[in-house]
Amino acid sequence: MAEPLLKVRNLRTYFISKNSTVKAVDGVDFEVYPGKVLGIVGESGSGKSMTSLSVMRLVPGPQGKIVEGEILLEGQDLLQLSERAMRDVRGNRIGMIFQEPMSALNPVLKIGEQIGEVLVRHRKVTKAQAKKQAVALLRSVGFPRAEQIVDEYPHQLSGGMRQRAMIAMAMACEPSLLIADEPTTALDVTIQAQVLDLMRSLKEQNGTAILLITHDLGVVAQMADDVVVMYGGQVVEAASADEIFDHPLHPYTQALMASIPVIEEERERLQAIPGTVPSAADFPSGCRFAPRCALAEERCHEQMPELREISLAHAVRCLVVQGKTDRRENAT
Amino acid sequence: MAVQALHNKAKTGETKRKRVQSPWRLSLQRFMRNRLAVAGFFTLLVIIFVTVAAPLFTPYNPTAINIMNTNLPPSAAHPLGTDGSGYDNLARLLYGGRVDLTVAVAAALMTMLIGVIYGGISGFFGGWIDNLMMRFVDVMLNFPFIPFILALEAIFNTSGELILITVVSLTAWPGPARFMRGIFLQLREQDYVLGAVTIGASKWRIIFRHMLPNTISSLAVLVSMSVAGYVGLDAGLTFLGLGLPLTVPSWGGMLSQASNYIDMRTEPYSWIPPALMIILTILSVNFIGDGLRDAFDPQART
Repeated sequence: MAEPLLKVRNLRTYFISKNSTVKAVDGVDFEVYPGKVLGIVGESGSGKSMTSLSVMRLVPGPQGKIVEGEILLEGQDLLQLSERAMRDVRGNRIGMIFQEPMSALNPVLKIGEQIGEVLVRHRKVTKAQAKKQAVALLRSVGFPRAEQIVDEYPHQLSGGMRQRAMIAMAMACEPSLLIADEPTTALDVTIQAQVLDLMRSLKEQNGTAILLITHDLGVVAQMADDVVVMYGGQVVEAASADEIFDHPLHPYTQALMASIPVIEEERERLQAIPGTVPSAADFPSGCRFAPRCALAEERCHEQMPELREISLAHAVRCLVVQGKTDRRENAT
Repeated sequence: MAVQALHNKAKTGETKRKRVQSPWRLSLQRFMRNRLAVAGFFTLLVIIFVTVAAPLFTPYNPTAINIMNTNLPPSAAHPLGTDGSGYDNLARLLYGGRVDLTVAVAAALMTMLIGVIYGGISGFFGGWIDNLMMRFVDVMLNFPFIPFILALEAIFNTSGELILITVVSLTAWPGPARFMRGIFLQLREQDYVLGAVTIGASKWRIIFRHMLPNTISSLAVLVSMSVAGYVGLDAGLTFLGLGLPLTVPSWGGMLSQASNYIDMRTEPYSWIPPALMIILTILSVNFIGDGLRDAFDPQART
């Protein structure tokens, strides 16, 4: 396989205050390959958004801090860069889009000015050139009236249009990595499909790698090549998307899959995972999913499982699952 | 082909009719629909016009003493009579408006400038900087105002418009500063500010390009409200003898001079007009401020 574009190693992002240490991201590893989509899946509070902000080095200070780890973009550790050098990376080599298209555009600046700003900042073009390129970018994200849209203000666009404008802005400098944090959560289902199609075609045209943060397994199924499932600030399962959907191993992943409504099956109730994500301030001492886990054994509450590859390119953090495969291996 | 051309033509025609609706234009439209605010705006325009064009309405010099014509009742030559020093009351009233308005507007702009810079830095950077700066604001808010003015006037050994503007600016900025800090704290959490960070914009660019334009609506409201406040404050200080010297024509000064038992009763023409002017100015500026606030209210987007 090709060299990974983004390689995150043992990332730990903590929120440290006088009274407590909140381990929002606690030893996360993953890779994103050029032209591929990595989906990070998890419930609210699983640390997935904090992981994406860490990659951009935008963890809200002064409490939030990346205390350990490496974030290698094309082999260069972003955590070692100066703030000034990091600003040259943001918007240029890494683009980012957010969940709320309604508030992510500045209400007093024209669409064209906002897209042009990225180009002026990183490509050193004149304002007139930037505007011309903004028109081309808007057309490439599917605006037929791009010439007019550049001179319009965000309040004149619908939510889906704003999200596409955001994508145009994030893609302006043709970054090698696009971070999309819940890009479709706030949109209607029909618009969701449009935005996902757009992201997919941009990926295919430009070879952009996408780090897709979402809690929506449907979106992951459509988009992702590889999947990382996060729980309690840790990766609990990592595999290719096909593998995850065909053979989910971690009890948490299985429970997530079971909670998707299936239209062909008639069920009395949707299956939900009992309980909620534990607060990052006081995790259980053993496996963090153990209190909600149907398979949990006694040792699960005491011993923290390692993330271990148990079959080819399929890693899981679960003592029970690991134990089963170990026994199978011993038997053969 | 012809159909396509026709189609294009129809499209461009449509865009010509539809002007770009900037947020400012929308706010202006909403302001124009507010009758009270528009009335206030035109009243203020008239007041500004008659004071700026004062020489057109009166031939007299507001600072020329004429001891032959003291305490005259209203007449064709002196529509509002003359006061105890022989000053023409109408001339004092019109020229005095210049002074009052200049002082109020200049002081409002000065406090706003200090407030934006101080509050902006405090709110944007937050943390201990914010804490330290806001504690100083607390001290300043509790500062005894009138003794401070007396002290300053004693130090500079003079009184006049400049001193008054300086004094008001130096003492009244903490309010606007605290207000602007709140606005900046709020803006800092906006997604589009985070968005600007993610495209690699620098701190100063974010402050000036992304945050400051979004404070203009609040600023406009605050400036108009402070102008109203300072017209009253100037008049009040002058009335107390702490503001402008009586040689400078001003509304507060006219009130002050008429504030004795005899003049109040026998010469209403000497004090009612400046009092009316003060009230009219404050009211119209307040109406404008209210109108601006409603016009900029994001909840009322139509």
